[in-house]
Amino acid sequence: MNFDIAIVIAIEMNIKVQNISKSYNKIKAVDAVTFEVNSGELFGLIGPDGAGKTTIFRILTTLLMPDEGNATVAEYDVVADYKAIRSSVGYMPGKFSLYQDLTVEENLEFFATIFGTTLAENYALIADIYIQLEPFKDRRAGALSGGMKQKLALCCALIHAPKVLFLDEPTTGVDPVSRKEFWQMLKRLQLKGITILVSTPYMDEASLCDRIALIQKGKILKIDAPQVITANYEKLIYDIQSKNTHGLIHDLKNYSSHYSVYAFGEFIHYIDKNVDFKPEDLQQYLEEKNHSDIIIKKAETTIEDVFMDL
Amino acid sequence: MKIILFIIQKEFKQIFRNKSMLPIIFILPLLQLVILSNAASFEVKNIKFSYVDHDHSAASRELIRTFQSSDYFDIIAEFPSKKEANLQMQKGNVDVILEIPIHFERNLIKQNYTNLSVSINAIDGAAAGVSNVYITQIISSFNQSIKMRLQIYNQGNEVQPENILTIPSFWYNKNLNYKIFMVPGILVLIVTMLSLFLSSMNIVREKEMGTLEQINVTPIKKHQFIIGKLFPFWILGLVILTVGLIIAKVLFNVPILGNIFLIYLFTSIYLILILGIGLFISNHTETQQQAMFIAWFFTVIFILMSGLFTPIESMPSWAQKVTLLNPIRYFVEVIRMVMLKGAGFNDIKSQLVIIAIYAFAINGFAVWSYKKTN
Repeated sequence: MNFDIAIVIAIEMNIKVQNISKSYNKIKAVDAVTFEVNSGELFGLIGPDGAGKTTIFRILTTLLMPDEGNATVAEYDVVADYKAIRSSVGYMPGKFSLYQDLTVEENLEFFATIFGTTLAENYALIADIYIQLEPFKDRRAGALSGGMKQKLALCCALIHAPKVLFLDEPTTGVDPVSRKEFWQMLKRLQLKGITILVSTPYMDEASLCDRIALIQKGKILKIDAPQVITANYEKLIYDIQSKNTHGLIHDLKNYSSHYSVYAFGEFIHYIDKNVDFKPEDLQQYLEEKNHSDIIIKKAETTIEDVFMDL
Repeated sequence: MKIILFIIQKEFKQIFRNKSMLPIIFILPLLQLVILSNAASFEVKNIKFSYVDHDHSAASRELIRTFQSSDYFDIIAEFPSKKEANLQMQKGNVDVILEIPIHFERNLIKQNYTNLSVSINAIDGAAAGVSNVYITQIISSFNQSIKMRLQIYNQGNEVQPENILTIPSFWYNKNLNYKIFMVPGILVLIVTMLSLFLSSMNIVREKEMGTLEQINVTPIKKHQFIIGKLFPFWILGLVILTVGLIIAKVLFNVPILGNIFLIYLFTSIYLILILGIGLFISNHTETQQQAMFIAWFFTVIFILMSGLFTPIESMPSWAQKVTLLNPIRYFVEVIRMVMLKGAGFNDIKSQLVIIAIYAFAINGFAVWSYKKTN
């Protein structure tokens, strides 16, 4: 009798962060952070500037050593196996950090060589990004536009076919069209099986991630899928608009039962303390305050609203 | 190996693309060599000479005439009083005041003895020292000749003057041409300065641009990166040396008596040492300005204590000991010995060994302090 033994090895390529802390001169930049990223996931670290996102990236890419806690990337420990991590992850720092005086092609060749590979070997992975750069391949990196620089940086981070990709605020300072394009690229990379950890201060980008961690002052406030996070938000948010926006914020803040008031695009987002809040009452109040063209309607909860309430 | 070669190639590309650095690297040092070698002279000429003659005798006039006939002194003025002369010295119009006392000639004849007062502006101490030597020489030769004549005159009979003539013979630099002495030294200075500055600014530049962070997450090895970054400057140092030697030979006609390969052998080890110092500076600074400033600080000390401008033998003994740590000192010694004296391998062996040990120690220290993670 023959036994056909099929062995299926599920490779769990993920990021595990356990109780990581890091201080700079007694100021805690990262405070007991714990999270996990599944393999093939697009995971977002969402938080304002100074929340500790970059420090987490620098620890996970072995540039910094944590004061406490431990972390593994692709099953390698960030302290003990830092060498293995360096050859299996791609990192794109927030600040453009390629050689400005080398051309697009030279930058790519340089990074390919120091990773012990060639441009041709992993061309398939970067092909659809590189095609957009190809017309400028003899131009110096310093002379590229912001969007092009970012594409080049992504190519350089991908040149050695990394298993995990770290992108620290990749879309900061990039125009909205390029930002959208960039996220489409990330989605395509994800389909190729690359685990992606991305950080961004833009809340609207959060909904494009599979899961997100909301982070502030070095602490993680919430981790979940963005849809779950917004769906779980129980308070009702109203979009309010009138002709005099500035006066509107002021008057809403003086409304006795207000919970929070903040500008959100063309509207003011208003949340009331009372469950039995009636928009008509507020309408009446605002009319008394001489507001005209008043619009009050229910708003859709966004990550930003959740974040504002944390 | 392939990675090192690739980094070297990248470095050269960057050096040649930096349009503002190219002239600084290749043209300025050579200009420096040409200008400094012509200008940095130890000869003191055109000393502004003045005198106050209270005696107005034949002897005093003769003394002044001897100063007049010297190449080194320009007779600016005769002053009626010391007070006025002092005033002019204060204004900077004269450098030397010779005061001839009253009864100068009479005392010489009668007592065989008289005093002369010489005041020298010593704001520039070195020049004052040299002036002093010239003045003493002139006065003592005058002294000899006048004594003889006075004796003849006094005794009324002919006495054969006893003359001891010293004819100095300057070895290794027959005409005492200061350029032959200076050019090799200035060449050393330029090779050192250039390689130290460029190497210390180089790795810091990657820090400043943020590219070091990107490099640090790659599997590149410490030694690959360091060798790749520094090797181009080792080559540049040797290129500058070559061009400098050609200028020294063609333009200044400096003799190269020894084997030129000894100079190259020494320089190639010496450059490793200098690049090590550059790497060390790079490791401990965050910006190019900081690196530049520290490199400048060391260069100034190295130059002033190298024996290039002031002889080491005339330094206080503690300073002489400090110069033992000065790499430029050894290079200046070796290049002068090989070029002017024709020294062979055995003559420079001790310097070579010292520099090699030094290079090994500094580089070991620099590499050890270079960290990829913080």
